[in-house]
Amino acid sequence: MADKNKKNIVENEVKTQENKVQPDEDRGILEGKAFKFGDDISTDLIAPGRYFHLRSNLTELAKHVLEDADPEFAKKIQAGDFVVGGKNFGLGSSREHAPTIIKIAGAGAVLAKSFARIFFRNSINIGLPVLICDTDKIDEGDRLQIDLRNGAIKDITKNIELRFNPLPEVMIKILSEGGLVEHITKNKGFNL
Amino acid sequence: MPNTISEKILGEHAGRDLVAGDIAVVNVDVVMAQDGTGPLAVSQIKKLGFSKVANPDKSIFFIDHGAPSPRKELADSHKVLREFAAQSGAKLSDINEGVCHQVLVETYVCPGNIVIGADSHTCTSGALGAFATGMGSTDIAVGFALSKTWLMVPHTIKVNFNGKMPAGVYAKDLIIYLIGKITADGATYRALEFGGSTVEHLGMEDRFTISNMAVEAGAKTGLFETDEITKEYLKKQQRPAGCFKEIFADKDATYQQVIDIDVTKIEPIISKPHTVDNTVFVREIEKTKVDQVLIGTCTNGRFGDLALAAKILDGKKIAPWVRLLVVPASKGVYLDAIKAGVIEKLINAGATIINPGCGPCVGVHEGTLADGEVCLSTQNRNFKGRMGNPESFIYLSSPATAAYSAIKGYISDPREVLV
Repeated sequence: MADKNKKNIVENEVKTQENKVQPDEDRGILEGKAFKFGDDISTDLIAPGRYFHLRSNLTELAKHVLEDADPEFAKKIQAGDFVVGGKNFGLGSSREHAPTIIKIAGAGAVLAKSFARIFFRNSINIGLPVLICDTDKIDEGDRLQIDLRNGAIKDITKNIELRFNPLPEVMIKILSEGGLVEHITKNKGFNL
Repeated sequence: MPNTISEKILGEHAGRDLVAGDIAVVNVDVVMAQDGTGPLAVSQIKKLGFSKVANPDKSIFFIDHGAPSPRKELADSHKVLREFAAQSGAKLSDINEGVCHQVLVETYVCPGNIVIGADSHTCTSGALGAFATGMGSTDIAVGFALSKTWLMVPHTIKVNFNGKMPAGVYAKDLIIYLIGKITADGATYRALEFGGSTVEHLGMEDRFTISNMAVEAGAKTGLFETDEITKEYLKKQQRPAGCFKEIFADKDATYQQVIDIDVTKIEPIISKPHTVDNTVFVREIEKTKVDQVLIGTCTNGRFGDLALAAKILDGKKIAPWVRLLVVPASKGVYLDAIKAGVIEKLINAGATIINPGCGPCVGVHEGTLADGEVCLSTQNRNFKGRMGNPESFIYLSSPATAAYSAIKGYISDPREVLV
């Protein structure tokens, strides 16, 4: 009986992603299609509170990602595509589930004019690239090629190139080691 | 070199002088997660290879967002937190205790502390002169395991509230007014420091309301200096003698921006759907019928808030089409309100009292809105879908505006009864 309970508890813990984030040097170039969103995309729009009960089942929760901003988004996105927002992307709650399900849904990166602080930090911790650039020039459906190491975004559809600001050194380090858990494990503590 | 409050507290915890823009690994004093973010934190702690928390007395798991559990999946999550707290040595604040930010200031946080929490409104504790900020589950997992985090020392915006608050205007009106002025990302990556002549007379409950909403302007934290009012509050909460500490910014500290606000010009104000910075004075709003009014949450669920609502509702009845939900922020608040007769007045006016916790604010349970319905709430956020239905509309106000609007059935200016 005691053993059975124990098993239940283990099963009830959050199922996190199996696919480990690849180190930066292995995936310097990303390519995919742009899905365009507006300003102030909150974590309530990304991971709605009415699916609170799915937070321990991220694969299921990911089926509702950004549902209140675009109900069809989860069905349309393909692996490697990009979420493109306006200003203050990810404002609101600290729920790390928000960037996590964007990643599980297949997004290669999130691009925005600016990000809310906690969302930005969470994204780095879980290994989702977040890039600050002038997204006004990008339209829904544009094909983008992103060079993470050189800070360049090529809009293949429009044949224009955009630049993004490099991340702070500490964040590049965490991201390149695969996320915060991997950084702490590898270095047996902080080594920033 | 003269320092801001953030520079002082972070420098002390890093063991070296720090200025805005520096990045440092710091020791943290209080670490917490709640039932929405805790299960993921537990998974990450285990992934890090830890089974114990580094600082058991100041590591807390709160069950407040979906408390008591509304469905099987959350019951399972709660069980994970209870089991892990028992095994790891962390404290558990279960469904009877109340919303995390209120319990933290009542029981755990001291001035000068660094507090990190897997909840964006962790900034509430800044009112006690603590550097308190929200992070995600993975950062918090590392905090539980190592009692450390990394932080960039924020630049600071000094906000001076000056003058005597007009009748009918409360702390909630001040902070909504500020957010309307600087917008929802006006303080992103920065700390807010609140000061000015108005603040000197504000009680701790009002200061908690203001700090609570710092994040709604994007801020990392919202700080107050400590004073006799802080000292008295800690004494009343029976905190240990060493808990109080003088926290203040140096006279010539460097601020990125200084904002002076004449509070005598502020009127009762609301945030309209669907952003907090979409503000308008109550007298300017078109006639808006309300279906539900919520008084409570970590923003405005304290004794003074409930007592003020009871004063306005005493001997009156809410409009027949209105549902008035009242959520005391903590067990302590609830007991005080019962003893003072506040709860009885609210119930007699037609209120439904909900157990201490987050209540309907997060959209999990206890007051989800129907399509097209309007809720006027004292909570801190009105994003589309926040209360569980993207087809509903949330307005934010002070408890006085909320209570008076519940009687009228329309969003109404409380000065009609308070002048």
